[in-house]
Amino acid sequence: MTGGLHIVLTWHDWIDLFAHYLVLSLMSVGGAIATTGEMHRYLVEQHGWLTQQQFTDAIAIAQAAPGPNVLFVALIGWTVGLNAGSYLAAVLGVVVTMVGIMLPSSIIVLLATGWGHRNRELRAVRAFKQGMAPLVIGMLISTGIVLGSANRDPANDWPLYTVSVVAALILWRTRIHLLWLLGAGALVGALGLL
Amino acid sequence: MSLPPALASAADSATHPLPRSRRDLFVAFTLLALQGFGGVLPIVQREMVERRRWMTQDEFVEEWAVAQTMPGPNVVNLSIVIGNRYFGLSGALAALAGMLLVPSLVVLALATVYSRFSDNARVAGALRGMGAVTAGMIAATGIKVAATLNRHPLPLPVTATLAGLAIVALAVLRLPMPGVLAVLGGLGCVLTWYRLKP
Repeated sequence: MTGGLHIVLTWHDWIDLFAHYLVLSLMSVGGAIATTGEMHRYLVEQHGWLTQQQFTDAIAIAQAAPGPNVLFVALIGWTVGLNAGSYLAAVLGVVVTMVGIMLPSSIIVLLATGWGHRNRELRAVRAFKQGMAPLVIGMLISTGIVLGSANRDPANDWPLYTVSVVAALILWRTRIHLLWLLGAGALVGALGLL
Repeated sequence: MSLPPALASAADSATHPLPRSRRDLFVAFTLLALQGFGGVLPIVQREMVERRRWMTQDEFVEEWAVAQTMPGPNVVNLSIVIGNRYFGLSGALAALAGMLLVPSLVVLALATVYSRFSDNARVAGALRGMGAVTAGMIAATGIKVAATLNRHPLPLPVTATLAGLAIVALAVLRLPMPGVLAVLGGLGCVLTWYRLKP
């Protein structure tokens, strides 16, 4: 994660970074990962606060690590801070980016659920919650398919596809603990079979 | 015999267990976030619905619809909705903190370690294997919650068609999510609205 980038961040830059993440939060319908294009434009192209490699590494590591995918934002903030020269700045980077990306969307969600709960007997509220169900289910299955076929290269990736399908069948049909499945996947991969 | 959905879910919540405290929420969400490699959603469904039984499968789908259509990370939104449901604002904050606090420390620690092993073929292979399992787990979660369509106000052929169209649009045609959400989600809501006519 150390690309040899040395930058200087003024207080004005920190405030600018915070404001940018507040705006990204409002645009993040479909998840923070949906705003990575804009994040890349701002951090890598416009300001040069991160290298290209640091940006892609942050996303890959957060995907592989436990926890919600949004933690790639924490990692980006951390790396920007390290580039600015200290662990203190790195901690500040995490706080600024994470509070920025979470605050506006969380307030909206809280207000919306509060309103929805008070009006839960309204026909429109019930129609919304139940009417979205088919799409929600289609979206889940699609996310699995899209993640599982990221390279779109069946000739080389068929062992990966097999692992995905077997994992899906086992999870669907049994109550086995998820960590056993992940461990088995990691083992098969570490043995060089994928 | 079938109860109207509102009554059915009231009857369910009378019988299923509830989180006892905010600490309960914090611990539950910390543990489930730490099990989610590449995606926490399958774990949320497994823990909340199947293991702790704090919510029914139908409630899960309904809250997920809200979490998905709002800005913000979906699973984090879901934790806010669930926390808020049981303990209001402080519950939402407890669940949110559980989801983010310890996991972010773990991610930062892993990033520090990973920078030394990123060229190792075994480590890269293990990550690929875990990624493939995660993809399968997310798809399986969708297949599992599809069972709730049996109790949906709309007939099964209609809901199954909507779900199928969503899969074609997102996984085959790779259309952008907001448009698909607006068109197919909107269609589902309008049809359901007519069906719920008092």
